[in-house]
Amino acid sequence: MSTTVLTTARPEPATSEERSRRAVGRIPLSRIVGVELRKMFDTRSGFWLMASIVITSVLATAAIIVFAPDDQLTFDNFAAAIGAPMTVILPMIGILAVTSEWSQRSGLTTFTLVPHRGRVLGAKLLAAITVGVVAMFIALGVGTLGTLVGSAIAGVDPVWNVSAMHFTLIVLGSVLGMLFGFMLGLVIRNSAGAIVTYFVYTLVLPPLLGLLAANQRWFADLQPSVDYNFAQRPLFDGNVSSQQWQHLAVAGALWFLLPMAVGLRIVRRAEVK
Amino acid sequence: MGSGSPQGQARVAPRCVGRSIAATMLSMITVESLTKTYGRGMTAVDDVSFTAATGRVTGFLGPNGAGKSTTMRIMVGLTPATSGTATVDGRRFTDLPNPGRDVGVLLDASAQHAGRTGREILTLAQRTMGLPRTRVQEMLDLVSLTEDEADRRVRNYSLGMRQRLGIGAALLGDPHVLILDEPANGLDPAGIRWMRDLLRGYADRGGTVLLSSHLLHEIEVIADDLVVIGKGRIVARGTKADLLAAAGTVVRARDSVALAAAMEGAGLKITAHADGSVHTDASSDRVGEIALARGLVLTELRAADGAGLEEMFLELTADTQREGVAA
Repeated sequence: MSTTVLTTARPEPATSEERSRRAVGRIPLSRIVGVELRKMFDTRSGFWLMASIVITSVLATAAIIVFAPDDQLTFDNFAAAIGAPMTVILPMIGILAVTSEWSQRSGLTTFTLVPHRGRVLGAKLLAAITVGVVAMFIALGVGTLGTLVGSAIAGVDPVWNVSAMHFTLIVLGSVLGMLFGFMLGLVIRNSAGAIVTYFVYTLVLPPLLGLLAANQRWFADLQPSVDYNFAQRPLFDGNVSSQQWQHLAVAGALWFLLPMAVGLRIVRRAEVK
Repeated sequence: MGSGSPQGQARVAPRCVGRSIAATMLSMITVESLTKTYGRGMTAVDDVSFTAATGRVTGFLGPNGAGKSTTMRIMVGLTPATSGTATVDGRRFTDLPNPGRDVGVLLDASAQHAGRTGREILTLAQRTMGLPRTRVQEMLDLVSLTEDEADRRVRNYSLGMRQRLGIGAALLGDPHVLILDEPANGLDPAGIRWMRDLLRGYADRGGTVLLSSHLLHEIEVIADDLVVIGKGRIVARGTKADLLAAAGTVVRARDSVALAAAMEGAGLKITAHADGSVHTDASSDRVGEIALARGLVLTELRAADGAGLEEMFLELTADTQREGVAA
């Protein structure tokens, strides 16, 4: 590498003639989404994060088959077992899709090739949602297989107790979790900081808010519409009343849309170093 | 090997055909009254204006922290300017439909995801710009990264290899303008020679090159035009020949003390160096006259060249240097 550097190849600057002939068009959004999707898989850590979606689905399914009593080998139990790791992995994917540009400083190149941060972040959001939805269908496939194999081993009839509607709500809930991670990544722009914040939000905050609700009547009334975690729970149960939709909308605006708007504003003005 | 070489003209000529003179003149980088201030009254870039012309290598020179990188980041839209404009061919960088096809940029070779391979980094850029896939291998060949090196993760790259990869990425879109921040950093002597030839040839064939450096010698060898910046302000700009002509004369005598005294006695502004050489703004003709009149034996008398730029650089940026007055 150090001495054999004399090459005869020469870069040719494009002449104006060539440039006008090739009539450079604006980079289409679809191409940016494609590149952002590729970036989620092309590092070792990114690849294993994606692979972990499949791996944890299979492990969770195997665990149910091995440990659950025969009458518990129902589709909803498989779905719940697979869904649990998913609610952790998908937000991580959402976080890292944004923060790696800052933590790894690759944003210098990304935002120079596409000097419109809103477009790049929009493409990242679409890529993240795509991964989230595909991941849920992988979970659906593994869960279906688990139910068939599990009930066959146990010699019972498979129990399909998750409706298409319920599945759709679970997908929505998982994607909302992922988008929350995306938002944290955007606001914090540091991988470690965003991940820690995510766990504080999902693991530390709910019991504290629960404690508050148990002891303070005013908060117990208020909690459904200000606690985003709380408001998302009905999605996973498969039954969402119109009042619960309203609560979800209010809490979502407070915990997701507002900080997302602030984050977008900051990022579009901030320096990329 | 100036921009007037037959080959250079042959390739530059089509540029003017069918285009108005105004359009041809716009084929360059124009920075106008660029200012960037941060909170607490810190001014990183202060009313900076310059142009980098087609077919020429423009050296952007200044001590560390002078505002070179900030200026370049503003030019490509990574940092918003407080005021002023920067354009390429009369268009703002952010208005270019596919910037990588017009402007090759290398700001920091280390700013890449450490877990990606060199080939993957070029592939991402190739896809973003919508180029044929073969272009990636062409660039790897151009910057002499072997198959094995291209498939290694950037984490395991030396700084020199990162610079090569960065130059490959900048040239990937076949741009006609290059903006390079300290591209020679980390390259070994052979690598520096290689890059110099590459950029010289690129400019001779009609490209525009703006490169920054604090390595004076490097800039002096390669640049046609110079922009010197210190503490965020332009302290000098012009062709290298003009700026060096203004750099004065270096003279050495057997009795350097007597020489310095004689020159001062004649009213010349001088800088005496520890190695016995004396630098002055006066012409060599005038210095020779003084020496003859005093019967001093000169051992060296020449226009400041090699050290000239360094002299000028230190002089122009003396009050902006961290080390204080260095000469």
